[in-house]
Amino acid sequence: MEKLIIEAGRQERHYWRDLWRYRELFYFLAWRDILVRYKQTVVGVAWSLLRPFLSMVVFTVVFGNLADMPSNGVPYPLLVFAGMLPWQFFSNAFSDAGNSLVGNSNLISKVYFPRLIIPAGSVVVGFVDFLISGVLLAGMMLWFGFAPDWRILSLPLFLLIAIATSLGTGFLLAALTVKYRDFRFIVPFIVQFGLYVSPVGFSSSVVPEKYRLLYSINPMVGVIDGFRWALLRGQCDFHLPGFFVSLGVTMVTLLTGVWYFRRVEKTFADVI
Amino acid sequence: MGDIAIKVEGLSKRYVLNHQRASGDGLRHILQEKLTSPFRGFSKKEQVSSNPGVSNSEEFWALKDVSFDIKQGDVVGIIGRNGAGKSTLLKILSRITEPTSGRISIEGRVASLLEVGTGFHPELTGRENIFLNGAILGMKRVEIQSKFDEIVGFAEIDRFLDTPVKRYSSGMYVRLAFAVSAHLETDILIVDEVLAVGDVQFQKKCLGKMQDVSTRGRTVLFVSHNMEAIQRLCKTCKLLENGSMRLEGPSTDVLRKYLELSSTAAKQATFGAKGAQYEIKIRVFDATGKPTRIWRYDESLEIRVCINARVPIDEPVVDITFYDARRIRLIALEGAKFINCPRSVSGEWDAIFVIENPGLTLEEIIIDVGVRTRGGVYFALLENAAMLSSDFSSVPQQASAGTLLFPHVTHRWEPTAKPRSNQ
Repeated sequence: MEKLIIEAGRQERHYWRDLWRYRELFYFLAWRDILVRYKQTVVGVAWSLLRPFLSMVVFTVVFGNLADMPSNGVPYPLLVFAGMLPWQFFSNAFSDAGNSLVGNSNLISKVYFPRLIIPAGSVVVGFVDFLISGVLLAGMMLWFGFAPDWRILSLPLFLLIAIATSLGTGFLLAALTVKYRDFRFIVPFIVQFGLYVSPVGFSSSVVPEKYRLLYSINPMVGVIDGFRWALLRGQCDFHLPGFFVSLGVTMVTLLTGVWYFRRVEKTFADVI
Repeated sequence: MGDIAIKVEGLSKRYVLNHQRASGDGLRHILQEKLTSPFRGFSKKEQVSSNPGVSNSEEFWALKDVSFDIKQGDVVGIIGRNGAGKSTLLKILSRITEPTSGRISIEGRVASLLEVGTGFHPELTGRENIFLNGAILGMKRVEIQSKFDEIVGFAEIDRFLDTPVKRYSSGMYVRLAFAVSAHLETDILIVDEVLAVGDVQFQKKCLGKMQDVSTRGRTVLFVSHNMEAIQRLCKTCKLLENGSMRLEGPSTDVLRKYLELSSTAAKQATFGAKGAQYEIKIRVFDATGKPTRIWRYDESLEIRVCINARVPIDEPVVDITFYDARRIRLIALEGAKFINCPRSVSGEWDAIFVIENPGLTLEEIIIDVGVRTRGGVYFALLENAAMLSSDFSSVPQQASAGTLLFPHVTHRWEPTAKPRSNQ
């Protein structure tokens, strides 16, 4: 028979085991969000293709044609889309995760489960969208006759970093939003701002060499550069020191996110 | 420790209430407050409790030093008024919120049902919601699959399995929700007031299911305002009052005590054009002449309406009306229908109604009092003048809830007797 001790301020010893035990709930919540996401829309799942595609067209026209930014010989739409893909994943996951706890407040105040499940579920939903848009990228590569080489094998690594970044920032934001609803207003701003700060519409090689490290503090810089390197046959310069800076920031964000989340998790039901 | 399933020691829970804070816990507010940790600033709270009048936050102990043991296989009822701390206790036991101090040890897997249909999503179909809700309550997918047909049968919704639940009638919705919850299988089950769903027939079915559950050797903690259900399901009861354990013991004793405490004391009010010209009080006495708030099935009850008229009332008539908890009128006793009313009263008089065979079984009986002249001019109408509770242990087995006999009532007036004027 299992034994459970509840005490004030007690760190759950079995938290991670519980998290594993509740994995089915995690699947179910993610499954629910995916099912519900495009209910009662006319276009349905096509939205996850349409949104990145339209943004890609706009960015190609603005940055590629009007601003005439360099693309290292890669078709500009491909350059944009290889960056758009991880960015959209991150921004969707980040903003959905931020609202996820508040959106599920009825669950939080009535049922116990490790709360990390909820924002993590939002990241999964973003990931499914990401996979669907990935099909579009494959189609575009066929269209432009641009086949990736062996470097594509490193893509899972960068994907993992993108997931870690989304989880870390998502946990942090979700926990903060429970107490400070101000973040609901801050998030759209961060997402919009981040789109222009991150190298989505342009290659990060346009950033002067001496600012590259500073620029890489944005963890999405490492992720997007990595995606381009892996997908576009390395035809965009991959700044290794910058990548490690981004990776470091991601790790710190993830750890901080989990730590803060765990710290305030038990007060959610009282505050929400 | 062997057969103890739940052991609670010195459990307390404190909430800090914030008053008049339009911006809530917004960032601006925190920035203004700066310095002190926004989460658990102990120094701040101590300061707060020392002068609650000045500060805009005060602390509130939802539970204070509660200790008890529950044996394995016991079915225990937890009762108490609203705000007594029942829900907080259940929330702590279900690990939804953390105690401020104290310790609980639990042996066995716990499932809690604090609400039916938690996490139901209106866009999903009945079938999908069964799986989702089951997972939320902690069931494994295979477990849900094996019980699926049983759940659907219990909820009586087979035809609508693949319809989104937003198209369900509210009855179907709660039936499905309860059905999923009712098929939870864990060592310990914590249930909060979830029986009051559906129509009468379905409620009976729910109660039957709960009885079923409770006889299978599982430990059940059951919070309800439905005294009849508690009486039927639970052998022992715990009574919470203002966050403390007030009484524990066999259900019959605890329930009786609870009824005595919970029925509201008689109300009194003053009326009249120029301040207190008339004063009206209502008091209820049992067969032995002691004040009571309990309505027993087989004992006479005396209701005294005391009128202190500083200005004489000619041809006074007192009416009393009985309502159930939903304020549906049950019986009206019109004083004018009785012959022995005085021509005029001034000073202190009692209008007395003696009900010989109450024979009414309801959770709550609410009494309104009206004072008027025979011609129909109302002096006073006292709503919810008293609230009485039925003592279900006095009800014979064959009489079911809601039974109503036609009571035999006598009515008389007499000047207020001295010893009773000061209760």
